[in-house]
Amino acid sequence: MTIGIVSYGAYVPRYRIKVEEIAQVWGDNAEALKSGLMVYEKSVPDIDEDAATIAVEAARYAMIRSGVDPERIGAVYTGSESHPYAVKPTSTIVAQAIGATPNMTAADFEFACKAGTAAVQACMGLVSSGMVDLGMAIGADVSQGAPGDALEYTAAAGGVACLIGKNESEIAAIIEDTYSFTTDTPDFWRREGMPYPEHGGRFTGEPGYFKHVTNGAKGLLEKLGTKPKDYDYVVFHQPNGKFPTKVAKSLGFTKAQIAPGLVVPKIGNTYSGSCLMGIAATLDQAKPGDRIFATAFGSGAGSDAFSITVTDRIEEIRNRAPTVSELIKDPIYIDYARYAKHKGKIRRS
Amino acid sequence: MASVPRFWRGIGSRYNLEGTRCNECGEYFYPPRNFCVNCRRVGHIEPYKFKGTGEIISYTVIHTAAEGFEDQTPYILAIIQLDEGPRLTSQVIGNPENIHIRMRVRSVFRKLGEDGEGGMIYYGTKFVPEHE
Ligand SMILES: [Zn+2]
Repeated sequence: MTIGIVSYGAYVPRYRIKVEEIAQVWGDNAEALKSGLMVYEKSVPDIDEDAATIAVEAARYAMIRSGVDPERIGAVYTGSESHPYAVKPTSTIVAQAIGATPNMTAADFEFACKAGTAAVQACMGLVSSGMVDLGMAIGADVSQGAPGDALEYTAAAGGVACLIGKNESEIAAIIEDTYSFTTDTPDFWRREGMPYPEHGGRFTGEPGYFKHVTNGAKGLLEKLGTKPKDYDYVVFHQPNGKFPTKVAKSLGFTKAQIAPGLVVPKIGNTYSGSCLMGIAATLDQAKPGDRIFATAFGSGAGSDAFSITVTDRIEEIRNRAPTVSELIKDPIYIDYARYAKHKGKIRRS
Repeated sequence: MASVPRFWRGIGSRYNLEGTRCNECGEYFYPPRNFCVNCRRVGHIEPYKFKGTGEIISYTVIHTAAEGFEDQTPYILAIIQLDEGPRLTSQVIGNPENIHIRMRVRSVFRKLGEDGEGGMIYYGTKFVPEHE
């Protein structure tokens, strides 16, 4: 049976703040940060945007691209670490806003930055078992870094929706297989009711990101008997520009393979949207027959790897909705004071 | 902000610009009506989902906002004529200096307001300039 991405949609808020602007508030060295992180600016949500509105915009673009009847959608799953409610699903808001309700199931997913790809896997299972016709999987976040914390330079906002189906004539990108690698690793967390996450500091890269991404990626390559050179593109979770570049090299992928999907330097880490944003940006320019390898990472920790082959259908649907590069051009730059207001870091008394 | 039950009943029209259309005379209605004012009959009304595109007929810039909207000032409140005909009042997101009468706009999904930090969040439709 063939399972795949019937359609996809991305959304990135219009506002940006530059690394220099944050660095001058905290007295940090902007040039050192930019070359260290390979991030130059990050997206900031508008004052009336949150993970739910971002998920809706991304899902609506996916619906426009697909042209399918929303009543065919049997499941809507939204992955985020910034769901607007602690209790009350984001996915019901999305489902209502795309016209998929009421004959369907919905739930929210959480797994740091890989909640969106976990939702993709769940939809693959439901679709392949025949339980649902189409499933909408979304990763969307308005992530927060504590003021002055290293994460403040990268924690950004954005989201991507993937419509998963098994109707061969409708599939724009076949997902050949997926593989996950999961352990209990306390590299990053946020307790209930706390506004900002905490993390284990600089040492967490190796036991967190690198160990899990490497094992997830190697696991899928071994399972499929494929090699890095069999793929035209590769996408990794991008908490900054440096990590995916380093892991790509150590696994044997080239800079040319990673470049089209590396969107983090311009928009920052969109958390649950991050790896999916890279996949969307790659689908925006891939040709029929091209193969994409992708591995998402979520702190806590785990990775989800995917092997994808683009079909002829991509050419028909691609330009029905904005591409990632269209979404991120023409940003509005804001200063730290306005950024702090948008993110609720300062509040009216 | 509206009461929770009142908001709840209006979710379809607030989220998705769901209105109605008379299939006798072709008139569109938003908010939805179940009776055509032209044909004076009930039987010809059918649901219709508006495309969400239109233009600004008039607008005002709000500097002193109602409770719950203070952080959004200055913001633009406009009367928008949808391409299908009906007019509605909505916030338009953008720089007040760049807004003008007859400007083309399209609908987006945003937070309309919330009942404090612990209360319900109200979502719905606002508009942004179509070509920016
Ligand atoms: Zn009529």
